[in-house]
Amino acid sequence: MRRVVVTGLGLVTPLGADVETAWKNIIASKSGAGTITRFDATDFQSNYACEVKPADHEYGFDASKRVDHKIQRQVDPFIVYGIDAAGQAMEDAGLLDLSEEERLRFGCSIGSGIGGLPGIESESLVLAEKGPKRVSPHFVHGRLINLISGQVSIKYGLMGPNHAVVTACSTGAHSIGDAARMIAMDDADIMLAGGAEGAICPIGIAGFGQARALSTGFRDEPWRASRPYDVDRDGFVMGEGAGVVVLEEYEHAKARGAKIYAEVVGYGLSGDAYHVTAPHPEGSGAFRSMAMAMKKSGLDLSDIDYINAHGTSTPLGDELELGAVRRLFGNNIATLSMSSTKSAIGHLLGGAGAVESIFCILALRDQIVPPTLNLDNPSENCAGVDLVPFKAKERSVKAVLNNSFGFGGTNASLVMKAV
Amino acid sequence: MSTEDRVKTIVVDHLGVEASEVKLEASFIDDLGADSLDIVELVMAFEEEFGVEIPDDAAEKITTVGDAVAYIDAHQG
Repeated sequence: MRRVVVTGLGLVTPLGADVETAWKNIIASKSGAGTITRFDATDFQSNYACEVKPADHEYGFDASKRVDHKIQRQVDPFIVYGIDAAGQAMEDAGLLDLSEEERLRFGCSIGSGIGGLPGIESESLVLAEKGPKRVSPHFVHGRLINLISGQVSIKYGLMGPNHAVVTACSTGAHSIGDAARMIAMDDADIMLAGGAEGAICPIGIAGFGQARALSTGFRDEPWRASRPYDVDRDGFVMGEGAGVVVLEEYEHAKARGAKIYAEVVGYGLSGDAYHVTAPHPEGSGAFRSMAMAMKKSGLDLSDIDYINAHGTSTPLGDELELGAVRRLFGNNIATLSMSSTKSAIGHLLGGAGAVESIFCILALRDQIVPPTLNLDNPSENCAGVDLVPFKAKERSVKAVLNNSFGFGGTNASLVMKAV
Repeated sequence: MSTEDRVKTIVVDHLGVEASEVKLEASFIDDLGADSLDIVELVMAFEEEFGVEIPDDAAEKITTVGDAVAYIDAHQG
């Protein structure tokens, strides 16, 4: 089987719109949460989120760096975040100057969980108030989930597989796993893979609020709201942004002297077959997803040094994931570290698996694992597990596991290791 | 502001071009990088801004900035 390595990274997050800034802030235990600024959320179930900051902020996002003004006007934020993160990854991998032959073997697999919710909301209001002749001609292709892959392929002339995963909060991890398989199966030599989300809008906050998924109890101190594994957790905090990696066939990367961050060695997928929003009560889907990824990786359970958990800060999910990790890893749990970076940047939904995979890769690179913030009172089940409370921790990191689980009972796990 | 200035402001905003490029003789497609959907959007914006209705057969004949200004001046209430 052809080996697949990571040779480029790109991030747009609530704690920074480039890889090094976001990582530095994650390691420094900063929180990206705050009162929602995009609209007046005073009367909503939750009035806080982890927003990507404006361009004039210390670690804000300047859309005009990589996205044409015209495209910014036509498409939803998730596409803008995705195009920018893909561009960062291309630049990081040194892939901007490619022959047509190379571009024929270079594809895109960048998805989203929800897609263009803000635009669907606002254009629906235009339709209701002003009628069909006032709906934007760019409405459809400015909201469609596969339009990150579409826009990016047009911008860089990438003619290989053009794909977009839609598996709710597992999207980012599935995108990377599927793209890695396309390279392994010889459909492409290089793939841009990842996920993006931008759903912090009235209907998004109202909808997740009504599904009883959001944290609601921390209006005065939003930075304390995302608190995975803590006894006072009460739901997730909505995040936004994008994560995109360049995946490349190993010999191809070596031949061009590319910087190699990590190898994607294991990918697992499963379905809960249980409930649309609640995880399986025994965490069986999570267990099988991790077990499949570990089996494919050929690694021993004792080889995993760090798990970036799904850990959304919901009352049910965190415990069930922890239980599944405990059952799979047995005594090996004593030597690994496991944290949830959602405590710092919130839940990026379709972007989460990709952004968190990048944090895993940076943990491999820098031999440091990011913290779980706000873990003031770990629940009983946390005993004996290093959840990296409050502060990043320097340690040996040679192999990592990333988990993502989504509505519909869809689970994905990725195993990566140093090359 | 004159009709011409208002039209030019809309074109700059929608197409992301420099104001200096938006001359009366400039073609939306050939000179300003618009595609057919961009023109649909521009026509909608002109209708909103000037309170005129531009039917599809008239919109098809608007290919330059000057065409737009002339049509609006001739049809504005």
